[in-house]
Amino acid sequence: MSLKIIVLAKQVPDTRNVGKDAMKADGTVNRAALPAIFNPEDLNALEQALRLKDAYPGTTITLLTMGPGRAAEIIREGLYRGADGGYLLTDRAFAGADTLATSYAISMAIRQIKEYDLIICGRQAIDGDTAQVGPQVAEKLGLTQITYAEEIQKVEGGKITIKRRLERGVEVVEGKLPLVVTVNGSAPDCRPRNAKFVQQYKHAKTITEKQEADADYLNLYDSRPYLNLTEWSVADVDADVKLCGLSGSPTKVKKIENVIFQAKENMTLEPTDEAIDTLMRELILNHTIG
Amino acid sequence: MNNLFVYCEIEDGQVADVSLELLTKGRGLANTLGCKLEAVAAGHNLEGIGAQVFPYGVDALHLFDDARLAPYTSLPHTSVLVKLFEEEKPQIALMGATSIGRDLGPRVSSALGSGLTADCTSLEIGPHEEKKENKVYENLLYQIRPAFGGNIVATIINPECRPQMATVREGVMKKEIVSADYKGEVIRHEVNKYVSDTDFVVAVIDRQMEKSKTNIKGSPIIVAGGYGVGSKENFQLLHDLAATIGGEVGASRAAVDAGYSEHERQIGQTGVTVRPKLYIACGISGQIQHIAGMQESSIIISVNNDPNAPINTIADYVITGTVEEVLPKMIKYYKKNTK
Ligand SMILES: Cc1cc2nc3c(=O)[nH]c(=O)nc-3n(C[C@H](O)[C@H](O)[C@H](O)COP(=O)(O)OP(=O)(O)OC[C@H]3O[C@@H](n4cnc5c(N)ncnc54)[C@H](O)[C@@H]3O)c2cc1C
Ligand SMILES: Nc1ncnc2c1ncn2[C@@H]1O[C@H](COP(=O)(O)O)[C@@H](O)[C@H]1O
Repeated sequence: MSLKIIVLAKQVPDTRNVGKDAMKADGTVNRAALPAIFNPEDLNALEQALRLKDAYPGTTITLLTMGPGRAAEIIREGLYRGADGGYLLTDRAFAGADTLATSYAISMAIRQIKEYDLIICGRQAIDGDTAQVGPQVAEKLGLTQITYAEEIQKVEGGKITIKRRLERGVEVVEGKLPLVVTVNGSAPDCRPRNAKFVQQYKHAKTITEKQEADADYLNLYDSRPYLNLTEWSVADVDADVKLCGLSGSPTKVKKIENVIFQAKENMTLEPTDEAIDTLMRELILNHTIG
Repeated sequence: MNNLFVYCEIEDGQVADVSLELLTKGRGLANTLGCKLEAVAAGHNLEGIGAQVFPYGVDALHLFDDARLAPYTSLPHTSVLVKLFEEEKPQIALMGATSIGRDLGPRVSSALGSGLTADCTSLEIGPHEEKKENKVYENLLYQIRPAFGGNIVATIINPECRPQMATVREGVMKKEIVSADYKGEVIRHEVNKYVSDTDFVVAVIDRQMEKSKTNIKGSPIIVAGGYGVGSKENFQLLHDLAATIGGEVGASRAAVDAGYSEHERQIGQTGVTVRPKLYIACGISGQIQHIAGMQESSIIISVNNDPNAPINTIADYVITGTVEEVLPKMIKYYKKNTK
């Protein structure tokens, strides 16, 4: 038995390494200061797909990512680890999408891919931590979902068995294919890049990237069609522009505020024995501790 | 019609704390809006639910009692809410930002085409003016949450779509009853009218729920560590101090991500919210997502080698030094001066 798997992966700013230069003086986010990375839980999702491919030969993995042109990097990263192909969904009309407009666009692209047994995505993307896109894509496609997967245990006779990690425990559930699975960060880490695949795919490019590439190896793409990464626009996936991007987003940002904390009057201490002894004495005397 | 709905999570016949907290908040918002507060409970053996929720000021409780609705699975609970909301047209729907709420909320919002804001830290009612279209909206739900990057807080609204949906984490809102004998109405629904057989496509084969190992939410003293603690070994210092003065250990997300501490202990927007008597922040810079979860602590001590760490602005005592030098001194003094 072989499976057709779609993995949803997003390129995100690395909010875990937000440094001091992450905010500009005017209070807006300095995106340039944040490296763009493969959303961590989407790597866990990819690993679950790769394990299914190991277990069920003939299985294919297709990555789908929506983002600006440079998000093609996500597809290459997937190919380097053993995925078979990918699509970049990119169009100005997708900009400003909230999770609902994002899920709509992604679900339309999945309809374009047509054949699939399983859609695997990360639980949540670290830029917003919403965890909404997986379940919303499932709803839009009329599929059920199994969220917070830690381990896909087996796929047999059209059924899938999954261990889920919940806030206060674990659950083992069984569902019928096709469906959407969202994978938790507690699932195994993704395997590293495979040198052979890196060699094979390092020149894989989208049409836009090719336009910027050296004429020298443009003919490479004709002799090696697997190096062509498909780029899709709103029109390519038959999406309704009104339902995409900002106009397709029911939620609006009313206001963004810089947080200025009500600064308290505080006491600054040196880390000397005396200063700390005095502080501790005070806390014991006023019954904060002890 | 157009009331405020709260989806109640139930485990072993008990309504989850987060749901009671949302009922408390919901009651306040409903008062501002002049509408009713309605609760939804879907599960099995729900006889005791009314007595648990009515004191929070619930005007109507919608019961969906069926053996197939417990334990929770996505599709049947979605069908219940989607159909109920189509009938009742709530203006606002709230649920916990829990394993269940974050599975259910997005699905319901997608089916109804209404917006959903995850992990709100504050909910308010207010107007909105759309200048371009010269439109004024009254009584919108302001869904307030820290956003991307750290130093900003965003107010999200859904001007056109209903219900306005939001999830909130456990502990963010306060839980407070209105009156022990508040009277509401129980509405029992026929489950088969809401769910179809094809909704039962996921079977729960095994389920093991555990009581949480830590009690940071209830602890009067919290010693919390951040990335600045530097290692898992150094985190032991925090455990020693907490054990000495009788507290629990908490952590920032950066410390959890680095593997210094367990996820259960994460404090902040995407962790637990705490209001202890004493909060000792060790090697924590104090990004808004962290502060969102601890700013209501009575006394805050910051131990940080950077005198300009943002957390210092909300601290009562700032010790400018390293965790490695300061904590052992605290432990030593306490041990010497108490029995
Ligand atoms: C959507 C979203 C949700 C988030 N949710 C949360 C959340 O729930 N909780 C949370 O905490 N964060 C959350 N974050 C992350 C948050 O923005 C910060 O990145 C995080 O809180 C930083 O943790 P930190 O203070 O431990 O690390 P850092 O910012 O790296 O700070 C380390 C501090 O330690 C000090 N230091 C270094 N060495 C020492 C030493 N030897 N002794 C003493 N001090 C030292 C440094 O001066 C510095 O101030 C979230 C982020 C996003 C985008
Ligand atoms: N733009 C995107 N492109 C591809 N996948 C996405 C995108 N946005 C979200 N996803 C998927 O949906 C998951 C949840 O995202 P979020 O709802 O933003 O937290 C992510 O882990 C991805 O797997």
